Amino acid sequence: MSRRFTPKVITANALLEGDVVWQTADDRWTRDIREAELIEDEAHADIRLLDASAQRNVVVGVYLADAKAGAEGPEPVHFREAFRTRGPSNYAHGKQVEV
Amino acid sequence: MYKYNDFDEAFVRERVEQFRGQVARRIDGSLTEDEFRPLRLMNGLYLQLHAYMLRVAIPYGTLNPSQMRQLAYIAERWDKGYGHFTTRQNIQYNWPKLEDVPDILSALADVEMHAIQTSGNTIRNVTADHFAGAAADEIEDPRPVAELLRQWSTDHPEFQFLPRKFKIAVTGSPNDRAVTRAHDIGLRMVRNDAGEPGFEVIVGGGLGRTPMVGKVIRGFLPKADLLPYVEAVVSVWNLLGRRDNKYKARIKITVHEHGLEEIQRLVEDRFAELRPAFGGVDQDLLTQIEAQFAQPHYVAKSTAAFDAARAANPAFRSWSDTNLAQHRTDGYAIVTVSIKKHGATPGDATADQMRVMADLAETYGHGELRISHEQNVILPHVHKSDLPAVYQALRAADLATANVGLISDIIACPGMDYCALATARSIPVAQEIATRFDELKLEHEVGPLKIKISGCINACGHHHVGHIGILGLDRAGVENYQITLGGDGTEDMVVGDKTGPGFAYDEITGAVERIVLAYLEVRTSAEETFLQAYRRVGIGPFKAALYEQGEEADAA
Repeated sequence: MSRRFTPKVITANALLEGDVVWQTADDRWTRDIREAELIEDEAHADIRLLDASAQRNVVVGVYLADAKAGAEGPEPVHFREAFRTRGPSNYAHGKQVEV
Repeated sequence: MYKYNDFDEAFVRERVEQFRGQVARRIDGSLTEDEFRPLRLMNGLYLQLHAYMLRVAIPYGTLNPSQMRQLAYIAERWDKGYGHFTTRQNIQYNWPKLEDVPDILSALADVEMHAIQTSGNTIRNVTADHFAGAAADEIEDPRPVAELLRQWSTDHPEFQFLPRKFKIAVTGSPNDRAVTRAHDIGLRMVRNDAGEPGFEVIVGGGLGRTPMVGKVIRGFLPKADLLPYVEAVVSVWNLLGRRDNKYKARIKITVHEHGLEEIQRLVEDRFAELRPAFGGVDQDLLTQIEAQFAQPHYVAKSTAAFDAARAANPAFRSWSDTNLAQHRTDGYAIVTVSIKKHGATPGDATADQMRVMADLAETYGHGELRISHEQNVILPHVHKSDLPAVYQALRAADLATANVGLISDIIACPGMDYCALATARSIPVAQEIATRFDELKLEHEVGPLKIKISGCINACGHHHVGHIGILGLDRAGVENYQITLGGDGTEDMVVGDKTGPGFAYDEITGAVERIVLAYLEVRTSAEETFLQAYRRVGIGPFKAALYEQGEEADAA
């Protein structure tokens, strides 16, 4: 039996700024994970990952990251992904002050 | 200091322009990321967790004031106003934009600096003793040799696609401050029976997931044989080194798998072939380089102002007790500027602080600055009578923390706050430990103690050779910190012993505190350092302090 698929978001870094981005349901790249498309179906995830990876002059290092549904939209599951939504913990730099 | 010749200047400028073209082609889509990645890595540009990161080489850790000012300018113009000094004597900018990087490299070239071979499977920035040219215990200044190695290794056609990265460190002193035994090649200057200077060549040291103490492959190598011998070592490894598995590709594994004797035999054979090809041009070049590292013009004057300030000002006295080292010249001192203010990020300096240090080097320090692998900045030649003024200026710039060599002088890698490879954070752990011991007002009583923190197994934070080493891991989706004790990064390098199960993020500072309190309990006197006490009593009392106390607390 295959493992149950856990919900995912598609994420990457923007080519020009290196900033963390997520893919939205309407094919944009957003700086805010809450606007990302939460993918609950594995087959759909595969197709969306292909779509995202094809945009190789916009983003770098596309991958699927575990996420869960929150009140305002998708939320990260792993602490690494949580840091990616905020920025570093030693300075108020990055998304925690920019988004 | 070394001054670029026309060749260096043209080479670095050409590389900047090549990279400008490569960035443009990446942005317009003519290069894919797979094609571009090795090109950007050759120029020190990484893509990290939140942004690009540019790693700039500070060859053998030496800077002049105008270079330091340019680093400050770059930090303000293209980054967020600060830079991070690393354990390999580099500076990293954490927030450059891709389009700006060619301009940054061009600004670096304006002051004879670059980011070439700070990444990728090449020979990396050659590091050296940060007290080079000033230390009282030195045989010879190792920097001319380090510069010769820099020139030889830069764009060396045979060594651009090595099995893995390759790191060389050089020291001119018997007391090893450059961690030479943890490098792919470590060079320690020694004298032979005739009193001539040469090198003890150490090979196959390293930290990372398989820490190894480097082994002596040649007890005495005449200086004139250095380049052909080093070339022989790298060349033998280039053929033998495993390209099938990146975790087994470093020379430490090659030496381990083939045995030192076999590697020695192959290296000596290769050396015999290569030696005749080095017809002396390298030695002519070395002579020219050596002339550029002449000692500064020291002055003889009274040190009464220093003695008076020590008597009058306890804070200055405390700072001069911890942050000064003995200079080879009477009346002078080596100043270590702590970039480890309690609670601040280890190794981070603001642009303003960089300019203050540049000004001090210019006014009082014969125009020299060094970056240490311990992430501090050194003013290697300061007359003692100028120290009160230097101290006041450092204080005004928030740079006068009196903690060099103490608990809060922590090495920490960027960890998961910046690094894409990290498995846990290291900076906030360092911040919290330093803050805790500052609150306890214990660190001066505790004395010399090196804490080193890495945020992943690759060990950029040198945790294996920390007296207390901390390794941050991801255990089932939670940050977990493993402790090692008794590590030592000197000429007697020792890899620390694991204490046992790791500690959670909110437990690690308490765990370190228990270790330190256990040391204060077991030491025979204030003269017995942490490392000496650990070697005498072993891991037992520290394990008890770490784990048994916890069980009692659970049972209560």
